[in-house]
Amino acid sequence: MEILEEKKNKNRKYKPILDRIPDWPVYQLSKNRKEFIAEVTQKSAERIRELRPSYKQLIDDLQATAYREQNRIKRNRWRVDPKDDSSFWSKVKNDLVDLSSKDLDEVRPKVDELLERIVHRYASEISGNFKPTSYRFAREAIKFWFSRLLNGARVKKFGAFFRNQYTLRDKIHIVGKVKMIRKLARQGTVVMVPTHFSNLDSILIGWVIHAMGLPAFIYGAGLNLFNIKIMAYFMNSLGAYKVDRRKKNLPYLETLKMYSNLAIQKGAHSLFFPGGTRSRSGMIEKQLKLGLLSTAIEAQRSLYNSEGEQKKIFVVPVTLNYHFVLEAPELIEEYLHVKGQDRYFPENDKYGSFQLVRFLIKFFSNRSNISVSIGPGLDVMGNYVDEEGNSLDSHGRIINTKDYFISSGQLTVDRQREDEYTRMLSQRIVTEYHKINRVFSSHLVSFIAFTMWQKKYHQLDLFNLLRLPEEDLEIDYQEFKTVFKKVRKQIYLLKEQNKINIASHLKGKSDIVINRGVENVGVFHLNRPLLKNKKGNIITKDLSLLYYYHNRLVGYDLEQFI
Amino acid sequence: MLAQNRKVLLYARNIDHVNEINQRRTHLGYAIHEHVEAVNDFAELAHECEVIFPMVPSQHFRAMMKQLAPHLHPYHMLIHGTKGFDIALPKGETIETAKKLDRSVVKVMSEVIREESVVVKIGCLAGPNLSRELALRQPAASVVASHFNEVIQTGKKLLKSDRFQVYENSDIVGVEIAGVLKNVIAIASGALSGLGFGDNAKGLLISRGAVEMVYLGRALGGDTKSFLGVAGIGDLVTTCNSPMSRNFTVGYRLAKGEKLEQIIADMREVAEGINTVRIAKKCADHYKVRALITDRLYKVLFEGLTVEEALEFLMRYPLNMDIDFI
Repeated sequence: MEILEEKKNKNRKYKPILDRIPDWPVYQLSKNRKEFIAEVTQKSAERIRELRPSYKQLIDDLQATAYREQNRIKRNRWRVDPKDDSSFWSKVKNDLVDLSSKDLDEVRPKVDELLERIVHRYASEISGNFKPTSYRFAREAIKFWFSRLLNGARVKKFGAFFRNQYTLRDKIHIVGKVKMIRKLARQGTVVMVPTHFSNLDSILIGWVIHAMGLPAFIYGAGLNLFNIKIMAYFMNSLGAYKVDRRKKNLPYLETLKMYSNLAIQKGAHSLFFPGGTRSRSGMIEKQLKLGLLSTAIEAQRSLYNSEGEQKKIFVVPVTLNYHFVLEAPELIEEYLHVKGQDRYFPENDKYGSFQLVRFLIKFFSNRSNISVSIGPGLDVMGNYVDEEGNSLDSHGRIINTKDYFISSGQLTVDRQREDEYTRMLSQRIVTEYHKINRVFSSHLVSFIAFTMWQKKYHQLDLFNLLRLPEEDLEIDYQEFKTVFKKVRKQIYLLKEQNKINIASHLKGKSDIVINRGVENVGVFHLNRPLLKNKKGNIITKDLSLLYYYHNRLVGYDLEQFI
Repeated sequence: MLAQNRKVLLYARNIDHVNEINQRRTHLGYAIHEHVEAVNDFAELAHECEVIFPMVPSQHFRAMMKQLAPHLHPYHMLIHGTKGFDIALPKGETIETAKKLDRSVVKVMSEVIREESVVVKIGCLAGPNLSRELALRQPAASVVASHFNEVIQTGKKLLKSDRFQVYENSDIVGVEIAGVLKNVIAIASGALSGLGFGDNAKGLLISRGAVEMVYLGRALGGDTKSFLGVAGIGDLVTTCNSPMSRNFTVGYRLAKGEKLEQIIADMREVAEGINTVRIAKKCADHYKVRALITDRLYKVLFEGLTVEEALEFLMRYPLNMDIDFI
């Protein structure tokens, strides 16, 4: 295979902004883990009581919670679930049953105790366990093994396995506002919100944070990842807290939000995937989950309301760009399955430790690179900030973020207002994703090929189109090239307008770029989404997969040029 | 109305008007409430007031916002009552020459406020509010629409009285669009009157006009419900029955055979509806929405079709479904 290098990689090594791990907020948090959990428990319980002012409502909610938890234990058990899950919840249920025969005055303290017990359990479940020793070990292990893999695969010489010619920095390109995020992390608390395409994202982003010289972030990782033992080890040591998407009950959600909220308030840089789960369709997320996002806004308001230092919170959107997503076949299958019928779909991961390692070997031996675009810093209202952390309006005037929370001269707590702010912030993040998204050659060729077929069979709906036999699908190369040039030109135009970003390998002779794209798109899948046949024409072996990779460029209105 | 219980600052561009209001307490022959003080300085206005009600014709709205914006802060609340679209076309293009009009260039006033300033607490006021009747303390109502409950409640508190009811709506864009599109139907209503037709014709026009507003309004991002409320049907019925309104007058004189240029030349201020017809027609084309009344009206205003011909076309049109959007 031809060597598909990016332009000479300028990535340099960044010095850590805080040298000593004990200075890191995440370390402080885990050192005082017990106190922190107690605080989360107390404040979450307060919030829940505020949301459910009458005891009757509260009891209803607790009953529903117990019922759902028992249901979950029966139907959908995971390896990470605690051993006493079943006994704990049946005790809760029995206690609730006992309550029904008592009168209200007797019931009250019991209900409070129950609520506290449940919330405390949740808080402990969620809480991460950052240990400096295992963090250092994990960091070094990742670095060591990844470079072994890289060098072993790339340098074709005896003993290459132990060379250090390539490092992770050659594999993973960090582009964008790195300097800015480093500066912001010194002045305030950073909340990083990346797009989410693959389970690998979590580890990748952990490395990226370290490579930028930032202290470890705490991050909300799906509990399902902890099912995979290797992952669990790394995640734990990188400062992850656990988000269990099976639990949709009020006490859990409030506890989770409070956990994130308080951690941010304490200055722990945080990361969560606001899309919720991996993008099933391969599209850049358009709808973000507002729950965790709202905690950034709430934390900021609480900080402004507090006596102490009024630290600012910065939101930093990040996009991860791959040529290849390991789980793409399953993801797109799920997506197509549920499309149109909005029903719950359980997460099922077919990947264990073995598959993961195999994938990593494949991944590192391949030439295809990953790029991570760091977006500009935003305040919690989605305004751009400058390097000093000042929020700016569209004319570059400085805004005082605190003013957003002021009514009649007073800082006020208005949940409806903050819900609205969260919605606004999420829209801003989505816009920013589209701007910093880096177009890879593989995205572009997939997009063009799929759209060309879609236009050719415009009378078919998506599902019928995907059912077409692959033999019927062939695009004349010259025709493809003409369209490619046209669309690439449009992308250049978009880039000039600052609406998208491109990988440097996208430039150059169209033949080369097209080849690069075709060779790289979904390179490890059993059935390749795009290939050239003997005549040199473009064909596909898996149209659904092609659809998945094509989706990456949906939302830029590029279809009109094809 | 605002001045019943509190001090009100009134901004006027013209310094003579400011002096007239402050010294003689009249403006254009209307008496000015004693609580009202006129000012000529945006900085002072923004400094003194937390809630501002911009009431400026749509074609001047953006320019006004550009001047006001440097003095505004995120704690300010802006509740506007302007019923028109703002269009931002590339230089040298007009509504007619532009390839298409969609929501990326056609903006409602709340969006203009967002684009030009840091203000987020934005509201809109719409409803059947003929000032003459309000001054006589006849019963009336209005909708305050905003994404923010805080804005709605503030608007209510400031405006509500025993003769003035205030309704709440969270679909601000829908309410704004309803207020804009009704002006189109108002012109048509004037035209029917000009032809000498009576109440059957008007009933027909208002109901079909409302349907057209829903179609187009939904395409532009409004919610159907808003068009059925005070700002939609409520305002529509009032405007279509009010011979004093500028839009109505345009239609009336058109039906009497006058040319549009003559009519515009006679009027002190441009009727919002004329511009709205141009924009709405182009938008309907782009979004592929069937908007027959708007389309015919466009032909009458700008392509020399007579009102009779337009009416004949509409009466013959083979479209029989009454309501199909609920």
